Amino acid sequence: MVHDVISVDIDKQLGDFALSVTFQGDSGVTALFGPSGSGKTSIVGMIAGLTKPDRGRIIIDGETLFDSNGGINLPAHRRRIGTVFQDGRLFPHMSVARNLNYGRWMTGQPRDEAQFRHVTDLLDIAALVNRRPGALSGGERQRVALGRALLMKPRLMLLDEPMASLDARRKSEILPYFVRLRDETKLPMIYVSHDPNEVKALASRVVLLDGGRVVNSGGVELLSH
Amino acid sequence: MLDLSPEEWTAVALSLRVAAVATAFSLPLGIAVAWLLARKNFPGKALLNAVIYLPLVLPPVVTGYLLLIAFGRRGIFGAWLESVGIVLSFRWTGAVLACAVMSFPLLVGAIRLSIEAVDRKLEDAASTLGANRAWTFATVTLPLALPGIIAGAVLAFARALGEFGATITFVSNIPGETQTISAAIYTLTQVPGGDAQALKLVVIAVAISLLALIVSEWFGRRAGARVHGA
Repeated sequence: MVHDVISVDIDKQLGDFALSVTFQGDSGVTALFGPSGSGKTSIVGMIAGLTKPDRGRIIIDGETLFDSNGGINLPAHRRRIGTVFQDGRLFPHMSVARNLNYGRWMTGQPRDEAQFRHVTDLLDIAALVNRRPGALSGGERQRVALGRALLMKPRLMLLDEPMASLDARRKSEILPYFVRLRDETKLPMIYVSHDPNEVKALASRVVLLDGGRVVNSGGVELLSH
Repeated sequence: MLDLSPEEWTAVALSLRVAAVATAFSLPLGIAVAWLLARKNFPGKALLNAVIYLPLVLPPVVTGYLLLIAFGRRGIFGAWLESVGIVLSFRWTGAVLACAVMSFPLLVGAIRLSIEAVDRKLEDAASTLGANRAWTFATVTLPLALPGIIAGAVLAFARALGEFGATITFVSNIPGETQTISAAIYTLTQVPGGDAQALKLVVIAVAISLLALIVSEWFGRRAGARVHGA
């Protein structure tokens, strides 16, 4: 059997809501697809290390990030998961350039001009580096957030509804960047969404969620009917 | 108008020094306590909060008397401090302690509000980018809260400048050592014909306090702009 790049098996009680999911992902884009309230964002928080599951295991690329049996719980800042949130969460007091370099600084990596240029070109944000996040449009902000996550050289990209705050026109503008990101970086990705069009355009594998459970998983053809 | 005697200038300078030193020393502790209250839950949090705010509601003379009991030469902390060479009672350093204690609630209150106003989601984002808790605080929480921290420090400075009751109870009213503006005004009002001199010091006290409030307000407004990324 081919070794899964992503292996998640977690339980978490959130008030009245019981989350219990098990899924695997490959080296491509694994989509977590489901209506709002299906537990997608809670799963993101637990993979990123921002909230702790009650029980279970999270293994990425052979490394155990969390295992309730082994007492392993790697803190978020040591997981190296490039997380992009729905609301961007750029640091408002830093320029775009400083936002982009933040992860590299914090993880103690040396300056890499080629990588910086590659990422800013890939996302068409080279012209924005001297601006403040407050002066960016929604689509620009999300592209900078993507670049910021990429530049920390993550082992996995974790994208939590990165287009949900954009209108339809902006979405169609930004979608090609995600396709380029997928094709050029070869990073495994978890893409959380409730939009079947985004998932069909990007994902290689789909995990269908509802009410805190996995109801089905397989290829994108799951969304065709 | 401002033809003050050398003693009065000494009182003004002493007040500024006491207030500045009190603010400088209480600021790091104030930031730490404010962060704890804003971001952490722990047993005894309500009690800690109450103790910090106590000087705001206690009669200042009570606070001063408690300081005298604790930090006087025979007090539990005072005796120990004297054994390591630090004397607070009847010294300007004691005035610093009294001012720090009295202004601490204002300092913590302002900083706590500004830390609470920092979006925790930004702190989460920092940790996913590899920042541990200390770096997250230093690079995200602190800079975003900075205008509020400065505003709190200015307020605390102004409050320390006006401190009277606790200071005079704890360290008395010794010209050149513990006689601040407030104490000097009090002394002048107690002697016949001292009103005119007292009024000059009053004008100075009002001017300094007004300036501090304007500066504080200005930083407060900047805080909003900064958090919104302008």
